[in-house]
Amino acid sequence: MRIFSEAHYPFISKRKTAYVVSGVAILIAIGAMLANVALIGSWQNYGVDFTGGSLIQIRFNIPMTAGDLRDALGGTNAPEITAFGSENDFNIRAPVMENASVEEVRRELESEISAAFGEGTFQVMEAELVSAKVGGELQQKAVFAILFSFILTLIYLAIRFEFRFGVAAVIATVHDILITLGFLAAFRVEIALPTVAAILTIVGYSLNDTIVVFDRIRENLGRKGGRKEDPAELVNRSINETLPRTVLTSGTTLAVLLALLLLGGAVIRDFTMVLILGIVVGTYSSIFVASPALLEIQKRWGTGDAKEKKRRRGAAVPV
Amino acid sequence: MFKTMRGRLITIVIVVAVALGYLYANGIKYGLDLQGGMHLVLEVDDPEGTYTAEAKADHIDRADRILRTRIDEFGVEEPLIQKVGSDRLIVELPGIKDEERAKALIQRNAYLEFRLVLPTTSVDQDFPRLDRAIVAALGEDSVRAMGHVTEAAPSGSLEELLFQGGDTTAASDSMAAAADSLSGAEPEVQEAPADTSEAEGPAAELRPLTGLLNQGDGEGIYLVAEEDLDAAQLFLSLPEVQRALPRGVSLAWGADLVAYGARNYKRLYVLEQDPFMTGDMLENAVANRDPQYNQAIVNFELNRRGGRRFAEFTGQHVGDFLAIVLDGEVMSAPVIRDRIGASGQIELGNSPMEDARDLALVLRAGALTAPLAIMEERTVGPSLGQDSIDSGMIAGIVGLVLVVLIMVVYYRMAGLLAIGALAVYVVLVLGGLAALNATLTVPGIAGLILSIGMAVDANVLIFERIREELIAGRATRTAVDEGFGHALSAIVDSNITTLLTALILFQFGTGPVKGFAVTLSIGIVASFFSAVFVTRTFFLVYLAGKKTADPISI
Repeated sequence: MRIFSEAHYPFISKRKTAYVVSGVAILIAIGAMLANVALIGSWQNYGVDFTGGSLIQIRFNIPMTAGDLRDALGGTNAPEITAFGSENDFNIRAPVMENASVEEVRRELESEISAAFGEGTFQVMEAELVSAKVGGELQQKAVFAILFSFILTLIYLAIRFEFRFGVAAVIATVHDILITLGFLAAFRVEIALPTVAAILTIVGYSLNDTIVVFDRIRENLGRKGGRKEDPAELVNRSINETLPRTVLTSGTTLAVLLALLLLGGAVIRDFTMVLILGIVVGTYSSIFVASPALLEIQKRWGTGDAKEKKRRRGAAVPV
Repeated sequence: MFKTMRGRLITIVIVVAVALGYLYANGIKYGLDLQGGMHLVLEVDDPEGTYTAEAKADHIDRADRILRTRIDEFGVEEPLIQKVGSDRLIVELPGIKDEERAKALIQRNAYLEFRLVLPTTSVDQDFPRLDRAIVAALGEDSVRAMGHVTEAAPSGSLEELLFQGGDTTAASDSMAAAADSLSGAEPEVQEAPADTSEAEGPAAELRPLTGLLNQGDGEGIYLVAEEDLDAAQLFLSLPEVQRALPRGVSLAWGADLVAYGARNYKRLYVLEQDPFMTGDMLENAVANRDPQYNQAIVNFELNRRGGRRFAEFTGQHVGDFLAIVLDGEVMSAPVIRDRIGASGQIELGNSPMEDARDLALVLRAGALTAPLAIMEERTVGPSLGQDSIDSGMIAGIVGLVLVVLIMVVYYRMAGLLAIGALAVYVVLVLGGLAALNATLTVPGIAGLILSIGMAVDANVLIFERIREELIAGRATRTAVDEGFGHALSAIVDSNITTLLTALILFQFGTGPVKGFAVTLSIGIVASFFSAVFVTRTFFLVYLAGKKTADPISI
């Protein structure tokens, strides 16, 4: 079986359209984050992991499972429920809205649980305000680490490819992160600890995808006459040549994630959604953002350094 | 070895065997989200109610920060530390092997002080007052009832009492001598008459405390026999006794027992009350083994300000003794031979290295400002809920089956080879997690998903390339060689870039970011080996039975 093996799609000539699409998406993303700042006071909807909230300990006098309790408290939207000790005890970590108190959260939970299982089936052992699970430094450190990794990526790609390849790859990655964050902001997806990991996964996936296309561009540039070929044509050819791989890899990854989304249960749904979005955006950006960015850089600032050096770099590494 | 097919297969078998060995030996640890763990509720230990609510909140705030560092350094990935209300902490730790050690690490104050040792002569004349204070506090009858009825002749001075008897019972406990590289001469212990009362008459004074003291084996030291320890500690803990101590002087126990003859003793040091420096000027602490005496030590370094203070102080007190006090216990009290700069060491005697490492760790993390009590201890279930984990497992299996289907339908035989290589990848990742004692959490699984994706991607890159070469009309074997060769640069570059990112995330990240970075790093190494080496080897095996021009199933 073979797909897209003789593809000649005019990706590069459609890049203006892609610029508009990406530009609008990024504007919406930034707009959504700004709107959140105005409406909910922070640019993302941070969950209890980050903001802290209430810790409510409930003891049931009837046999109870975390799953049943979660269903009663709203399924996908249910707060974190943890079995606690050996009896029918559970810890619930629920957010506390602004201007609300732990008491209100407690009353709300009590009425929801009573409605589902009947009054007198349980007892609230404790209801307290708790701090965030992670310190504020987590995000700062993560942002710092990502920025630092961009610098290393730039250096590495400058050595293995050319400087402009590194710049284009970082542009594509920033594009993907922005759009993902915008999506999270627009739909007020609750940011939990795994969400951070999902965003990091997108960084990795996006870079990987971009480098595969760039590798082909590098190889074609190194071929005889590659430097004389129209850059836009060469880049477009490279994208088409790697298209079967792009489709197959993205397709396989998406298939796995769809399985997780449909069968993985309520708790990891947000996490999986973010990953799916990231894969889609990452695949799009390796074709429509990274490669065109490479061309634009070349158009404005040239290819950079001497041509001879690059040919040698194009050679494959022996194992 | 990598050139021949046999060598390659042997390499794969060895690597897989090592991975399985680690997996069998260490197993996989799961995080709080996947398995739950130990749940502790901590409060400021304050049975007498001496702290105000604000003070408690302050202590808990500091404990929050310090415990994070300690647990992080202890190697527990993604613990949960949460403040409850203003005066309690929840600490949840996943899959701890040695729970007692973890709890000790959490509760330890790690308050380090440096105090000058005072000569015993500076307190000797105060002991009768201390004895009287004890009798006054506890009542004569109860002191007698405790059996510590040592009485002194009214005329007898403490000096005499302490220096009776002539024979040296000192045994050569080289450890004890080594711990005090100070006394110069062999320590000599002379037994004071501990249990016998020699003076009679109604005028005799009860000497509950001084009766327990023996002449020490160094400057500023008394020895108390092991069997008298409880009583002596009780006496010294009395507030009346503390008040009766001369101004600026305090007594502190040594950390270890020392053996002289057939008996064990604990040292009681006479120290200046105010430490001239505390552990907050510590910059670093490292566990080491003293090569000379083969005992565990912790080397520490002071920050610049602490170093200056230390140098100045030791310069002024050459010839005096310096006690290194940890959580109220004297770890050692060496003589100050010379002006000392910014570093020093704490001796732990015969303690195992593990203790030295734990001590170095808590010293680096900083001291708790108030002792913590464990109010509650429970086990918690997985925070994801068992139901979510079960459905996640099913979804994961379905996902893997989908990958297998896609690869086999699309690449036929080559797809099967890739699946074989992916199976090796799975074993390597699990073995790697076990070898590094990493804790698997949901963020970690995200790292694995990414690395699986990259492993599949590497295979796809190779196979697409082989197809291209076949279409270009090359012979099977050449096409395979060229395919692997050309795909390699893309695989190498994307793997290295991602690995660099993972390493940086590991270096700077905390919590879930770190967990992600660990599994991603392991995953990338495994996926690279699997795609480039294992798939290639399987291909060689597959091609072995074929002639150069035979078609292949790809």
